[in-house]
Amino acid sequence: MSAEPPALEVAHIGHSYGARRALDDVSFSVAPGSFTVLLGLNGAGKSTLFSLVTRLYAAREGKIEIFGHDVARDSGAALRRLGVVFQARTLDLELSVMQNFVYHAALHGIGPAEAKRRGLSLLERAGLGDRAEDKARDLSGGQMRRVEILRALLHEPRLLLLDEPTVGLDIKARADILAQVRELVAERNLAVLWTTHLIDEVEPTDDVIVLHQGKVLAADRSTNIMAAMRTETIGAAFERLTGAKARDAA
Amino acid sequence: MTSETSGFTARQYAICLSGVVWREALRFLHQRERFVSALVRPLVWLFIFAAGFRQVLGVSIIPPYETYVLYEVYITPGLMAMIQLFNGMQSSLSMVYDREMGNMRTLLVSPFPRWFLLGAKLLAGVAVSILQVYAYLIIAYFWEIEPPTPLGYLAVLPALALAGLMFGALGMLLSSAIKQLENFAGVMNFVIFPMFFASSALYPLWRVQESSPFLYWICLANPFTHAVELIRFAFYEKISWESLAAVAAYTTVFAVGALIAYDPAKGMLTRKGG
Repeated sequence: MSAEPPALEVAHIGHSYGARRALDDVSFSVAPGSFTVLLGLNGAGKSTLFSLVTRLYAAREGKIEIFGHDVARDSGAALRRLGVVFQARTLDLELSVMQNFVYHAALHGIGPAEAKRRGLSLLERAGLGDRAEDKARDLSGGQMRRVEILRALLHEPRLLLLDEPTVGLDIKARADILAQVRELVAERNLAVLWTTHLIDEVEPTDDVIVLHQGKVLAADRSTNIMAAMRTETIGAAFERLTGAKARDAA
Repeated sequence: MTSETSGFTARQYAICLSGVVWREALRFLHQRERFVSALVRPLVWLFIFAAGFRQVLGVSIIPPYETYVLYEVYITPGLMAMIQLFNGMQSSLSMVYDREMGNMRTLLVSPFPRWFLLGAKLLAGVAVSILQVYAYLIIAYFWEIEPPTPLGYLAVLPALALAGLMFGALGMLLSSAIKQLENFAGVMNFVIFPMFFASSALYPLWRVQESSPFLYWICLANPFTHAVELIRFAFYEKISWESLAAVAAYTTVFAVGALIAYDPAKGMLTRKGG
């Protein structure tokens, strides 16, 4: 066997809504076990890209592969390696945390007993072991988000996509979630694609993809982008690349 | 266990299906208002509308009835179908809601084939609608509305399953086209009411034919008419082959339409963005 294929390979993706061009010749890849930030302002095309990778609709131009499996042609194999945290809250609020887990596991062909075992172990490690039987409605915003991240890990994916996971959360909750996900990358050798418009979520060692008006303007290690743009911060590099100012904090 | 790359086993398909049905049932149990209103609606028709109309509208002996029947008895299959129609549309509403809330996306990102996921969702809705119909029949029983023999309760089950599938598939097709939640009012006005009134639910079609041949043809083409007749005959342990064929055909058309609408490559979802 040759070297392992990238966790996510996006090649020459384009997408239009009628006359509006949402993505234009977008290419980048996410290495296995890396934390990659997809940085772009609202309207940059992040959500469209997200919909294409999760196969809500099919890419008409270009190709998307998850660990070498084509999302369009070999979607079963591709999607079972993929965990997703959507921007909108997707927990069933009337159901308990564990019931949410059991439902999600069923969508991956995992039976209730195994789902409960995995769910409980994930919750305990995240310090949420006592919330398993609580209704999702009774969790705080930050806890809901963390539960959603744990839920996305139930089927043990190797690539985790998060679409603006910290939107609407306070500073403490944001920091907790970032730390939780960075820990996962280190512990489980999980590849993460973290979508955001908040510049302060980027660390120097992260891979960064700058998406602006449907185009990839840069895709490299954060420090390399700063060096190429001759700036001190990734925020300044982003400004120089896009001519727009990214937000610093929520 | 299967290897990582191969497809799912039959057992895993079963786990997925039962998981989707289980969630639907749990949600249904948590939404008691929905259950009560699903029950009150046909009962209002039965207790108020039918009581008022029994004197006005005489129903002659038409198949499957072999004697004169009370108007309440005549409209009961129509009300059973109405419960299912509402349920089908309501689950279409919940799919629009789910899509807005992202739950539909959670379902669609599952690695199972999309036709299977949508089919599981459809079956879950049908199961809930059948429970509602039987709840209605229990109350109707105390109003002396019952099949000629208790077997009718069993015989009507396959008819309810098929009618439920048809309305569920129609709802699913509509859900792909409706973007906003508010549009459910439009569905009421443009789908539920016309389907219900231009059918054999409230009056036999020969009566309609007498007053307007054009309307009669519309009623005949209406899938709701055939669902009502299928249920009416089954309740009397008979089969209306014509209605069975019509319901099967409409179900196929709606289901294929829904599959195309939700197909990632061809679907209408593509055009909407978001």
